[in-house]
Amino acid sequence: MLRGAVGGALIGLSASLLLVLNGRVTGISGILNTLLQPVAGVEWAWRALFVVGLLAGGLVAGAFLPSPDSAAIPGLPTAILAGILVGVGTRLGNGCTSGHGVCGLSRLSVRSLIATLTFIATGAVAVLAMRGLAAGGGS
Amino acid sequence: MKSPRSFALVGLIAGLIFGAGLVIGGMTSPAKVRGFLDFTGDWDPTLVFVMGGAVMVHFWAYRLVKPWNTPVLAPMFQIPSRKDVDAKLVLGAAIFGLGWGVGGYCPGPAVTSLPTGGVSVLAFVLAMLASSWLTGRLESRATTQTLQPTPEPPQRVPTP
Repeated sequence: MLRGAVGGALIGLSASLLLVLNGRVTGISGILNTLLQPVAGVEWAWRALFVVGLLAGGLVAGAFLPSPDSAAIPGLPTAILAGILVGVGTRLGNGCTSGHGVCGLSRLSVRSLIATLTFIATGAVAVLAMRGLAAGGGS
Repeated sequence: MKSPRSFALVGLIAGLIFGAGLVIGGMTSPAKVRGFLDFTGDWDPTLVFVMGGAVMVHFWAYRLVKPWNTPVLAPMFQIPSRKDVDAKLVLGAAIFGLGWGVGGYCPGPAVTSLPTGGVSVLAFVLAMLASSWLTGRLESRATTQTLQPTPEPPQRVPTP
């Protein structure tokens, strides 16, 4: 829980740097979407560098911590299905856990509050359904 | 843009801190994410501390910049200002949540897990990028069609 709060504070610090210095919202799905568009110059560059930082920061922090339980990493078909749902959903809903859950809630946005409550609720339904499938499927 | 180089560099620094925060907070572990979403089972509250910690810090950043006209390095703020809650927002968030629960990854942790997560995480990220791109294409096509209805084909006046 302490690790959770420290990690959360770092995420908040990162989003705050982007807001105060660059005037931008730290929405990961939005950053990734823009990278796939023909955006020129510095608007593309800061997003590409953000992703490079994400990978590097994760690797460095991961080197000092026990790695996550690899048994929980989904199999290939599940991963593809989940990826499709996350891609479609974040595009339609204009954001993910970072854009709505962190940045939106911090600015007390009603849209983001509704989005956050919704994706936590359907996420819970999905976890429940997956457990039901695992129990009923006998595998 | 006052200093494009500094502007881009902030992206790198923010990414580094964000990626480290995700890993330290345990968000790159699908087991932890599913544990949080498992309200009827063995509930893991870690994600509350991650999201709560992030909001508690970031809330003050918004308070700080509220009276400012421009951020430090850019000519203007680009912050969403929509207030309407429409069906598309709720539908999108609902679909995203399903994927989040099924896979145990949201976009940030998935990308951060790319170097260590093997072929499943790579497949997740590729499927996410492709489906989002395709949805965006279909959306913009739908919008264009609503805004500019396709003109009727010119009627051929029969020549006498």
